[in-house]
Amino acid sequence: MNCVDFVELVTEFLEGALPEADERRFIEHLAECSGCESYLDQFRQTIATTGELTPDNISPDARQQLLSAFRGWHRQ
Amino acid sequence: MAGARELPPDEVLVQRLRDGDEQTFTQVLDTWSSGMLRLAMSFVSTKASAEEAVQDTWLAVIKGISDFEGRSSLKTWVYRILVNTAKARGTKESRTVPFASLLPEEEGPTVDTSRFRASGEQYAGHWAVGQEPRPWHVPEDYVLRGEVREVIAEALDELPPRLRTVVTLRDVAGYGSEEVCSLLEISPGNQRVLLHRARAFLRRKLEEYVSGAHDVAGGRGRP
Repeated sequence: MNCVDFVELVTEFLEGALPEADERRFIEHLAECSGCESYLDQFRQTIATTGELTPDNISPDARQQLLSAFRGWHRQ
Repeated sequence: MAGARELPPDEVLVQRLRDGDEQTFTQVLDTWSSGMLRLAMSFVSTKASAEEAVQDTWLAVIKGISDFEGRSSLKTWVYRILVNTAKARGTKESRTVPFASLLPEEEGPTVDTSRFRASGEQYAGHWAVGQEPRPWHVPEDYVLRGEVREVIAEALDELPPRLRTVVTLRDVAGYGSEEVCSLLEISPGNQRVLLHRARAFLRRKLEEYVSGAHDVAGGRGRP
């Protein structure tokens, strides 16, 4: 396996979706190539950082309206 | 994702919502709405429209909770209503995101080919000298100030909608691949292609940011 192939297989590797023989070649390459070792590590860090995002929330107005709607619906 | 773990199991949630328990409704509303907003953004053109899609979804949830049959998790059920609601809005805005098959631009290498040795060279297909990824040392300052997260948030907004949808569901909202495939009606293979392209793009943006930050920190400008 060379680096061009390695960088395209990272997600499949992380998902455990690589066929056994490909996974073996992937790991063999990983053990011998520091560039690809960094690439895999950075991929993991990217995923972890993405998981830390705290996205915007709905506006307080919208939230209030939904709470009233819930209250109203149940009273019916 | 904060607070998601504190929600009671689905059976309890559903029963309380049916009983009109406001505290429970407030809890799910506050826990899920931000993720829903981000997901809705994949299908519509403006934040306002996304917020309306989230509101419409919650209204549909309030009205439909008595019909919820528990064949999927409650959250998946809510997300499915959201995807349908947001898709319908997107169609009106002529901004549809069909997922059935891959687009031509979703094939091909995810790393700039100029970073590898050309065929015919010695060690063809391996990192070119000076082009290999360098280990990252992100200054703690940048982490603490949330700058790294900001880079990712901005990069997410730059992604084409299909890639953004998949990576948002998987890596922001924390869904498993099977749930995402069923939610978007895509094959596992296509899901992985979209996810991989999205992640590779986000990694590249972080790499650019980290190397830029290092140059500033070390006083070395880059051409």
